[in-house]
Amino acid sequence: MKQELITCISCPIGCDVEFEVVAGEINNIEGNRCPKGKDYVITEYFNPTRILPTTVRVKRGVLPLVPVKTEEPIPKKLLEKAMKELAKVELEAPVKLGDVVIKNILDTDVNVVATRDLAKR
Amino acid sequence: MNKQSYDLVVIGGGPAGLAAAQEAYDQGVKDILIIERDFELGGILQQCIHNGFGLHHFGEELTGPEYAQRFMESVADRGIEIKLNTMVLEVTPEKMVYAINSTEGMLEIDAQAVILAMGCRERTREAIGIPGSRPAGVFSAGTAQRYINMEGYLPGKKAVIVGSGDIGLIMARRMHLEGASVEAVLEIMPFSGGLTRNIIQCLDDFDIPLRLSQTVTKIHGKERVEGVTVSKVDDNLRPIPGTEYFVECDTLLLSVGLIPENELSMEAGVELDSATGGPIVNEGRETSIEGIYACGNVLHVHDLVDYVTEESKLAGKTAAYFLQDKIDKRKERVEVIAGNDVSYVVPQQITDKVADRKRVDLYLRGRRPLENVRIIIKDGEQELFNKKERVIKPAEMITVPLSEKMIDDLNSEQIEIKIVKEGA
Amino acid sequence: MKQKTEVLIIGGGVVGTAIARELSKYRLDVILVEKEADVCTGTSKANTALLHAGFNADVNTLKGKLNVRGNELYHQLEKELDVPIKWIGALVVAKKESDMDKLEELLENGQQNGVPDLEIIERKELFELEPNLNPDSIAALYAPTAGIVNPFELTVAFAENAVENGVEVLLESEVLDIEEQDDYKLVRTAQGDIEAELVINAAGLYSDKLANMVGSDDFEITPRKGEYYLYDKKLDIDVNHTIFPVPTEVSKGIVITPTDEANLLIGPNVEEVEDKSDLANTREGLDKVMRGAQETISDLGMNGVIKEFSGLRAAIKETEDFLIEASEKVRGFINVVGIQSPGLASAPAIAEMVVEIVKDEYGQLELDTDFNSDHQGIPRFRHMSHQERAKLVEQNEDYGEIICRCESVTKGEIIDAIRGPIGARTVNAVKRRVRPGAGRCQGGFCEPKVVDILAEELGIEQTEVKLEGKDSQLLIEPAKESLQKGVIDSE
Repeated sequence: MKQELITCISCPIGCDVEFEVVAGEINNIEGNRCPKGKDYVITEYFNPTRILPTTVRVKRGVLPLVPVKTEEPIPKKLLEKAMKELAKVELEAPVKLGDVVIKNILDTDVNVVATRDLAKR
Repeated sequence: MNKQSYDLVVIGGGPAGLAAAQEAYDQGVKDILIIERDFELGGILQQCIHNGFGLHHFGEELTGPEYAQRFMESVADRGIEIKLNTMVLEVTPEKMVYAINSTEGMLEIDAQAVILAMGCRERTREAIGIPGSRPAGVFSAGTAQRYINMEGYLPGKKAVIVGSGDIGLIMARRMHLEGASVEAVLEIMPFSGGLTRNIIQCLDDFDIPLRLSQTVTKIHGKERVEGVTVSKVDDNLRPIPGTEYFVECDTLLLSVGLIPENELSMEAGVELDSATGGPIVNEGRETSIEGIYACGNVLHVHDLVDYVTEESKLAGKTAAYFLQDKIDKRKERVEVIAGNDVSYVVPQQITDKVADRKRVDLYLRGRRPLENVRIIIKDGEQELFNKKERVIKPAEMITVPLSEKMIDDLNSEQIEIKIVKEGA
Repeated sequence: MKQKTEVLIIGGGVVGTAIARELSKYRLDVILVEKEADVCTGTSKANTALLHAGFNADVNTLKGKLNVRGNELYHQLEKELDVPIKWIGALVVAKKESDMDKLEELLENGQQNGVPDLEIIERKELFELEPNLNPDSIAALYAPTAGIVNPFELTVAFAENAVENGVEVLLESEVLDIEEQDDYKLVRTAQGDIEAELVINAAGLYSDKLANMVGSDDFEITPRKGEYYLYDKKLDIDVNHTIFPVPTEVSKGIVITPTDEANLLIGPNVEEVEDKSDLANTREGLDKVMRGAQETISDLGMNGVIKEFSGLRAAIKETEDFLIEASEKVRGFINVVGIQSPGLASAPAIAEMVVEIVKDEYGQLELDTDFNSDHQGIPRFRHMSHQERAKLVEQNEDYGEIICRCESVTKGEIIDAIRGPIGARTVNAVKRRVRPGAGRCQGGFCEPKVVDILAEELGIEQTEVKLEGKDSQLLIEPAKESLQKGVIDSE
């Protein structure tokens, strides 16, 4: 048995969640103020994931970049690799919020989408 | 000079201005103009591409641009008039607004009511007086954020960041992910001013060190930054001689505080509160000049945009009620005083009677991090409110509701809000 | 490329440019070379910006002779060159009875130098002029003819008016060597060789190094650093005059003065340094400045400070005076060196004196009847009434786009600065001419826009835009470049 602590970052509150790991399983989860804390701790312990907000380049837009994000969290260890994938992308303006920039990035089953409209210059 | 008139002029098309205009419109004011200095609406949110916005207001987690776009769309749906690329140069106490843009020239706009929503600016290297040379490569975190997220340039490849507030933390992650190395985030205080979640997902995730009670005491490099001297500081935040060490870097980012931008307000004659740096307002966000309102970061620097929205809707609603003559003044104004361990409280006054109002929320900030405290409001000797709080952080705003009944029953012309240690 | 000229001026500070402008009144080929990418980048850009009345320097010195004349000449120059000067007057404030002797001494010295209207005023009158002085102030020497000027606009205006009258100004043209030939000097610069019949050494801090190149080794320049704090225009503490403490044996004391743009400026301390490019601010220096200012006005503090900076004065320690003369050792080489305070105030008089020396060396000069004394400055949107602004933007819509919100600087002014006779090439050069980034946010909001305008006007990439010197690029690379390279590396 091992006593563990993970700070839940599902939302800005940041609950300190304590739990025990017995034979590779998580038990006695305490300290979370909402049910998300439990899910977070399980994911964070076994396979930490993060939303990746970044940008991709755009041709002929009012700005040279458009902000994007992964629609769902992706494995933390893939963040830097995903940045490199996204660096290859260059969209053509106009871009609409929600446009899919990369489908199923790095086989995560998660799409990267634009997070704003970007008009043509 | 190009003369125009509007019932309501909103200065600033960021989150505050947009929410205020939207709410005023929904309360029945149709003749509204939003004046925005940038080429688009959305304000600072457009460069805050990270997620974490909107949990309170929309019940879901959005990025800055997504949050902005929702309000931009709702303002567009209502057909509210907008002038982009337009700078307000002066607001007079009589609510004459002088502005300029390149298509219409000088504008003289006669407003019945004005909402100030100009936001804030960043404290600079100069304001905190870091000695050393003055090379290229010293940026405020927000300027670097704009370069990286909107303009499309990486300002440096090896950075040190001063200030562990959320902007500093977020920029550490952005610089790292965009291919720069972040040598350290320095925090002069013994605690971080940022959210725990940002320390974890912006620093810990990438092994970026957070160094508490340390700051930059000298900048090196004649043309471009070549490094910084870092020192540990004592309890009074003074550098401790002998603790200096050198960090090589080509970029220094400063995230050392935000200042409400009230030069227009001052020229209009609006009274300011030295604690917030923003106007003194009543519970409807009316300033010392009748018909001029303030909301968002021009009023006080908020921790979450959701609260900016909440406050701005209140200002928009009050402006509408003012234009519709729906506000009665109380017989006596009540001053709201920031007491023990409270660095400031907004509103600073309660002056109005509003028919459909249920409560007044007081926004306050603690002066220092504290645990197991009670927040107490006193009306003379009488205790109006007493609530336990487990943790208080100066970085996080606290909201305390005062019911309409409490306000009606007030005995004195001054209420004091304070934070006291449990059992003290 | 080899050029020939009659007169070559080395150094684009206020002295070199004032000389260039004065010589442009005559039929004479003049070239001015400057090592940096702009004029006004050395001592001229970082000083107290005072047009001293002239009561300090001893009557037997060049400083004493030239200061009062220079001060007078500025009355004409401010109109001709369209440079803002405020004739606010100066006060030397006494705090104890023993200071009164010093005031009398300064009064007498000033009168000998020909400073007009000097008087000693009593406490009551002093506090009417300056209500925020510390209460222990007892009297002051009042010099109403002292003024404050914008040294950047002044230097640029001298240089641009010189260019308008035929002088050639070559930037980024550091002088690498000077060879004496029979009847000319071969001046090797970073941009090529120039044959000059007469060389004027106005190279400021580096003038000794320049002189050594031709064997004129009779003086040495010691750099003396002075540090400053500059305050926001919106400061609760009003100061109406340039205020000096009574000088002591060891120190001239810390000056408190409004600038021409109504910021408050305090400084400088004095510290001898080794390195002629050491412009770093120090904690000790800045603390001295603050403590010194507080001895005169104790309400001053860090609140409202928008900038720290430091400058280096080019001092000749042996004489503590200007050295302005044709070299005795080298024919056709004129030294205009050791120009520390009151150099700015004296500059036009120095230029007059240098022209006389040129005449001695070169024979009578013929006046250029086409000389146009008037230089049109860039519109100052920030100082205009709304009506004037309305008219300005009607002429050109770029004056309707505000780039710097703190200083109300328009895109039109920035473009004017870049397209001027000596066009701004760097972010700081734009700031010196029209002030974007000179305000309370120090460029936080406007710097990206200024970078864009510079890139567009100069036809360069944003990553090539410099803050000041050639290695001071602001933006290292376009977004994603490193990441893309990383992709290639790993594949």
